[in-house]
Amino acid sequence: MKEIILTVKKTLSVPVECSEISPNSLAGKTLEQIRAMKVWEGNRSTRLEEIFYVKEQGGNASEGLTVRIVGDASGIRKIGHRMAEGSMVIEGNAGMYLGEEMSAGSITLSGNAGAWLGSKMKGGTIEVNGNAGDFVGSSYRGSRKGMKGGTIIIHGDAGTEIGCWMRNGTIRIKGGTGMFPGMHMSNGTIYIEKDCSGRTGAQMTGGRIVIGGHVPAILPSFNIEEVRERVKVGEEKITGPFYVFTGDLNEDGNGKLFINVTKNSHLKWCEEYLEL
Amino acid sequence: MTELMLRNGTVFDPLNRVRGEKMDLAIRDGRIVETASSKAKVIDASGMIVMPGGVDIHSHIAGSKVNSGRILRPEDHEKDVEGRTSITRAGVGYSIPSTFTTGYRYARMGYTTVFEPATPPLKTRHTHEELDQIPIIDKACFPLFGNNWFVMEYIREGRLDECTAYIAWMLNATKGYAIKIVDPGGVEAWGWGRYLKRLDDEVPHFAITPREILRGLCKVNKLLGMPHAIHVHTNNLGNPGNYLTTIETMDCVSDLASGGKPIIHITHVQFCGFTGNSWLNVGSGAPEIAEYVNKHDHVTLDPGQVIFGDTTTMTADGPFQFLLHKLSGNKWVNVDVEGETGAGIVPFHYKRSNYVNAVQWGIGLELMLLVKDPWKIYLTTDHPNAGPFTSYPKVVTWLMSNVARGRVLARINKNARRRLDLPGIDREYSFEEIAIVTRAGTAKSLGLRRKGHLGVGADADVAVYNINVSSIDPSRDYEIVRKALANAAYTIKNGEIVVKEGEVVATPTGTTYWVDPKVSNDLMQQTTASLSAKFEEYYTVRMANYPVEESYLESSTRIEAHAEV
Repeated sequence: MKEIILTVKKTLSVPVECSEISPNSLAGKTLEQIRAMKVWEGNRSTRLEEIFYVKEQGGNASEGLTVRIVGDASGIRKIGHRMAEGSMVIEGNAGMYLGEEMSAGSITLSGNAGAWLGSKMKGGTIEVNGNAGDFVGSSYRGSRKGMKGGTIIIHGDAGTEIGCWMRNGTIRIKGGTGMFPGMHMSNGTIYIEKDCSGRTGAQMTGGRIVIGGHVPAILPSFNIEEVRERVKVGEEKITGPFYVFTGDLNEDGNGKLFINVTKNSHLKWCEEYLEL
Repeated sequence: MTELMLRNGTVFDPLNRVRGEKMDLAIRDGRIVETASSKAKVIDASGMIVMPGGVDIHSHIAGSKVNSGRILRPEDHEKDVEGRTSITRAGVGYSIPSTFTTGYRYARMGYTTVFEPATPPLKTRHTHEELDQIPIIDKACFPLFGNNWFVMEYIREGRLDECTAYIAWMLNATKGYAIKIVDPGGVEAWGWGRYLKRLDDEVPHFAITPREILRGLCKVNKLLGMPHAIHVHTNNLGNPGNYLTTIETMDCVSDLASGGKPIIHITHVQFCGFTGNSWLNVGSGAPEIAEYVNKHDHVTLDPGQVIFGDTTTMTADGPFQFLLHKLSGNKWVNVDVEGETGAGIVPFHYKRSNYVNAVQWGIGLELMLLVKDPWKIYLTTDHPNAGPFTSYPKVVTWLMSNVARGRVLARINKNARRRLDLPGIDREYSFEEIAIVTRAGTAKSLGLRRKGHLGVGADADVAVYNINVSSIDPSRDYEIVRKALANAAYTIKNGEIVVKEGEVVATPTGTTYWVDPKVSNDLMQQTTASLSAKFEEYYTVRMANYPVEESYLESSTRIEAHAEV
């Protein structure tokens, strides 16, 4: 297993765009070639070695390549862009668009991620130990093509509009999220273990959103269907009980919301519609 | 004094009956001249095709709805970004390119003149601001009159002279070039929650029908002595069975024609050439429309050829766009309704596998191939409605090569293929015919005397393509033709080389054409007096503040027309 280690050299005062840092893009390149790769620092084109110290460790590249980034990369955008193999380990924070359009492999991040984590993702796994920004697994602004496959796991909290236009795959947030999770989503699963600030599943047409914590309200364009004891997320069975809502009826949608009953006593009034 | 000498090119200049002859072309001070001095810069064009610069009759490149489309579609720009060079500015495409990029991309294809075919009069200042920002090409815009309250009132009351004076005033005020009519009466009716499907349906509150509006404006166009015919987007557009409305529209003004001159241009006919009575059995009305056009000289067409892929539809036809938004489920915006017209914008993806889209693709090509006289039909994609203008080279290969057409045909929806006449048509365009439908014909239709040809005195707008007619058979080598047309070897604008081998090398400012019709002073005074009162009543701007001043345009070319009233 071969490892390429990129250590952030300096405190970045302007955003750096590094869409070339991924195992499939670095594989087969010598250290010299990697150092000479072009990156954008603000509006200036520069060499990768201006941003990182580059070194190599270990043996055989044919067993797969790991790219390790050490230091605060929160100003670096598009790390793991179109990643298709291998693994990336980031010891620190990462900037916007981490794992954008990735199709396979795994990214592990010890710190926090910026916005648009795993946007347009097609496959593979991203695991974030800290928090993530807005638009996790979403589409580019204006586009209808959100995350299509793969798994995103966030141990901390995430921002607003996660899973926007999501088409498949799984997003699991161990913390809470801001408003509008699963907006416009058509398929796939979002599991928020803690609280969500509301407007859950606005304009969703399909897919599932499971919320283990508190939600201020459910949009009026959702119908209550039943109360269910447990719900399956991937292989795991999550114990509730959960209110099950369908919607968004404004979009003729058939999405499902699973809302924890015990954490949302203010939704008890919905139960009287269950017999109707 | 700048001089250029294009040597040994194979020249196609249909207006001067030059059909692929090897000859030299001399240019001095932005014009074509007899001979150049020995100091002239020489360009060796041997083994290359030389044509007049392209003239696009219908392409939405500037104005209120174009810009709203840009705002609506960040995802359209994300996928197509062009960095700056030492000469060009950075910009984005794809279906609604930014202003600078629009100019560069047209120039790269050898186009030097482009007309924006729909501007809401009240917002035309914005249109001109954007046109001014488009480098290289010459341009103009057509103000919309088909749902104008004053026009409808004048025509209903039979006050054609005043209507003529009003439009003369408006053309001057908006620095417009032609009378554009979109869904006459229909956009207004839709504002009242109604759809006008037929030419004899009445516009609510105005007691007038689309037929009367069309005939009225056609007469006005003639009275004004306009260089271009009325430019019409028909009623009932985008509905199955509407080819009958199209034929009826062409026919409703046929008795007004005289002297074999076209008096009506029907635009993007593909969108109004459907047979059938539902989306399940929609078919091509192109053979019937082409038959009508082949028999009549008062009408010209452009097809609005569909290009498979993603694009953005935008027209002043708000009702149609609302329908499309409902059909496709795509986002939309509705703009300009507070002006004298309306508009809608909806992103759209034309799919080969989709029956209706495949039929639409076939209708455009059938029209181009079944209308026998190339002077009656011009190449457009109704940019960006049916596809971006950057696809023109692809459309040319479909016209010139049965094989290129066949390759697409083999991959479209098979029910559509069975339904279309296209597989049985084996006509292939010649380079001369291509020159007609892309420059000579359009320039003639627009009444641009110094464009679209290479005779002495013409503007030195020239396109040179790296196609050797003696060794290349466009029917077989269509890929070579496509690439050569997409990246002109040279584009010359006003005697200046602006593109070399597909790269922009200079970015001069083009001029804006507008028509200034002169009606009699008495009539104008009488009309503007009553107009001023109406402005106070209906408008948010004073009449004096409404006109776009000539000095507001970066470069203005006024064309005077002498009205009969």
